[in-house]
Amino acid sequence: MSGLGLHDAFLDRARHALGQEHLKQAVRRTTDRLRDGRAAASAEAGAFEAWRDALSEARRRAIGRLDVVLQAWQARAEARGVLVHHAVDAREACDIVVGIARAKGARLAAKGKSMLSEEIELNQALEAACVEALETDLGEWIIQLAGERPSHIILPVVHKPRGEIRELFERHGGEPLSDETRVLAGYARDRLRAEFLRAELGVTGCNMAIAETGSIALFSNEGNGRMVSTLPRTHVALMGVERIVETLADFAHLVRLLPRSATGQRVTTYVNVLSGPARPGELDGPEELHVVVVDAGRTAQLAERDYRDALACVRCGACLNACPVYSAVGGHAYGTVYPGPIGAVIEPLYARDDERRAELAEASSLCGACHEACPVRIPLHDMLVRLRQDNARRGRGGPTALALQRIAARAMAVPFVYDAAGRIARRAARLAAGGGQLGRWALGSAPVLRELLRRRALPDVPIRSFRELWDELEEER
Amino acid sequence: MTERSEAVGARRRVALMVTCLVDQLAPEVGVAVVRVLRRQGVQVDFPRAQTCCGQAAWNGGLADEARALAERAIEIFEPYEAVVVPSGSCAGMVHHGYEEIFRDDAAWLARARALAAKTHEFSQYVVSVLGLVDLGAARDGTCAYHPSCHATRLLGLGDEPRRLLEAVRGLRIATLARAEDCCGFGGAFCAKLPELSDAIVGAKVSHLAQSGADTVVSSDVGCLLNIQGACKHRGLPIEALHIAQVLEGRKGGAA
Repeated sequence: MSGLGLHDAFLDRARHALGQEHLKQAVRRTTDRLRDGRAAASAEAGAFEAWRDALSEARRRAIGRLDVVLQAWQARAEARGVLVHHAVDAREACDIVVGIARAKGARLAAKGKSMLSEEIELNQALEAACVEALETDLGEWIIQLAGERPSHIILPVVHKPRGEIRELFERHGGEPLSDETRVLAGYARDRLRAEFLRAELGVTGCNMAIAETGSIALFSNEGNGRMVSTLPRTHVALMGVERIVETLADFAHLVRLLPRSATGQRVTTYVNVLSGPARPGELDGPEELHVVVVDAGRTAQLAERDYRDALACVRCGACLNACPVYSAVGGHAYGTVYPGPIGAVIEPLYARDDERRAELAEASSLCGACHEACPVRIPLHDMLVRLRQDNARRGRGGPTALALQRIAARAMAVPFVYDAAGRIARRAARLAAGGGQLGRWALGSAPVLRELLRRRALPDVPIRSFRELWDELEEER
Repeated sequence: MTERSEAVGARRRVALMVTCLVDQLAPEVGVAVVRVLRRQGVQVDFPRAQTCCGQAAWNGGLADEARALAERAIEIFEPYEAVVVPSGSCAGMVHHGYEEIFRDDAAWLARARALAAKTHEFSQYVVSVLGLVDLGAARDGTCAYHPSCHATRLLGLGDEPRRLLEAVRGLRIATLARAEDCCGFGGAFCAKLPELSDAIVGAKVSHLAQSGADTVVSSDVGCLLNIQGACKHRGLPIEALHIAQVLEGRKGGAA
């Protein structure tokens, strides 16, 4: 414990992650691969920066008049037979889905990948209502078998070595398998295919709604999303209330940028734009399409000038891959559904009274790589600073750190105090470097730096500061 | 070029915003900046009332304290025709952070913007304002350039440092893998989350080791102290130098 954080829960989890060599390697290898993919795709695209501008503008425009845009979308969706529900919070959202499952007498819900489902803990709600919830995205299924949470927004099992996945599948199926991707994916495909046909309910997320056409869109690579939204008689899509653009032209920018930002793909294997249930005479598609529009703390941010832009997020995960903290410790260290820089920003906003989420504002070196990677240019680094200010105002900063920083900041405003403090600190550091008893005492009395100095050699601390050298420097002229 | 360049900075006068980190922990960097600029004929003033730009307080969540320091800095530096900062991070604070601090105060925002307009990171000043690339410096060895996050992402520093280094006689520039990655310093971050900072700088150090460089050069002393401390701790003989220190050198070998 450094005694510097709010609860140091993040630090504890980060330490745990840093102690696991395979996890560290797996996370770094994957984030490197993804950000290299993004870099290559953006370089190849040529107009990448212009696309970012266009998508940023489109998302902010929709967020800026969200009520109007949502109403337009709902009117068109309903005209095509979509059943639209609104949920204020996670509990209401779960109740709505459970209600639909009950009305349909569903015993099995086949699920496509949805972070919103993770956020509202839908699986637990369905299981409590005796409806089996089956994840059909490979990564999500692995997570479900392991009883874990995703550690990445788009790659839920980034933290899991292949061998562990094989063992999970072997326990599940009772037959020996190999570590080969083909074998593991083949096993999952065989097992899951039968379930698609048995499920009465298909549950997916919604990458983006399009107001112009009253549609919802799903991006996926494995094809399970298409199966889940087509085969079961009833399809329920969970949609974050902010996940909407006004026009198909706006949506086209997302089609260009979401895959490229997320994985470096030019396009995902599947991009499905769903505009209603099967019409009379159509062979494919569900009989009923429900969209559950979930707020859960989102619209409250419309009034938050400092954080409103975070609503523009398209959940591509690029900020996770770019973040040195995420790349070092992975997603579970954050202890939240959404990890990484975007998680550190939105998780505290979704639950303003949760002190444990508030401390995530410290989980950043403020390097700005997140902002640089974001397809909609959310200034995440600035938001993290504002969140730190919120924390300080609420007396939530680790009291030691806050007090020390406040003393330092106030000393800085008075030149002679700054000068004197500098002289004393430098002298103490030199003594410490000399290794004398006084030096050890000086170091011991600086607990803030103890942990740091265990991992860094002390710099050669100068006897005189620049301002003490200035007069001599003037004589050089 | 060298002969002509003696006069390039003539009649130019700048104030040195030395930064608290350079002042207290790396005064030799300030000295190098002053000498390099003087060689080009630039007159350098050092306003003694200066302390800190307020970045540490701002990033630490102390908005009021940060604002007080920012106002001080503006008052101290606004009389000068130009301000040179041997730090991309502190220059970035003046350019970007002050926009944030004063966003609701039109009068102070105008003063902050006026200061930002004439505040330059050291290598920016040399290349873009003085229009110089070859300062006649020489150094034997191989360096790797670490672009600091705030210099590139907050301030928008481009290839100025690289161009300056390429013109140094005898100096080879190694390819540093993932050069744009954070070094894990992050101000108070490295003290608040030391293990995490260590993991991040660990990646930087191994990339440096692979690069074959004997020296790592940057425009920010925070990064340099961090990287130097981590290299030393791991027994890696890599010297960390601010770009002004490299440009100050006229003979071969380490300064």
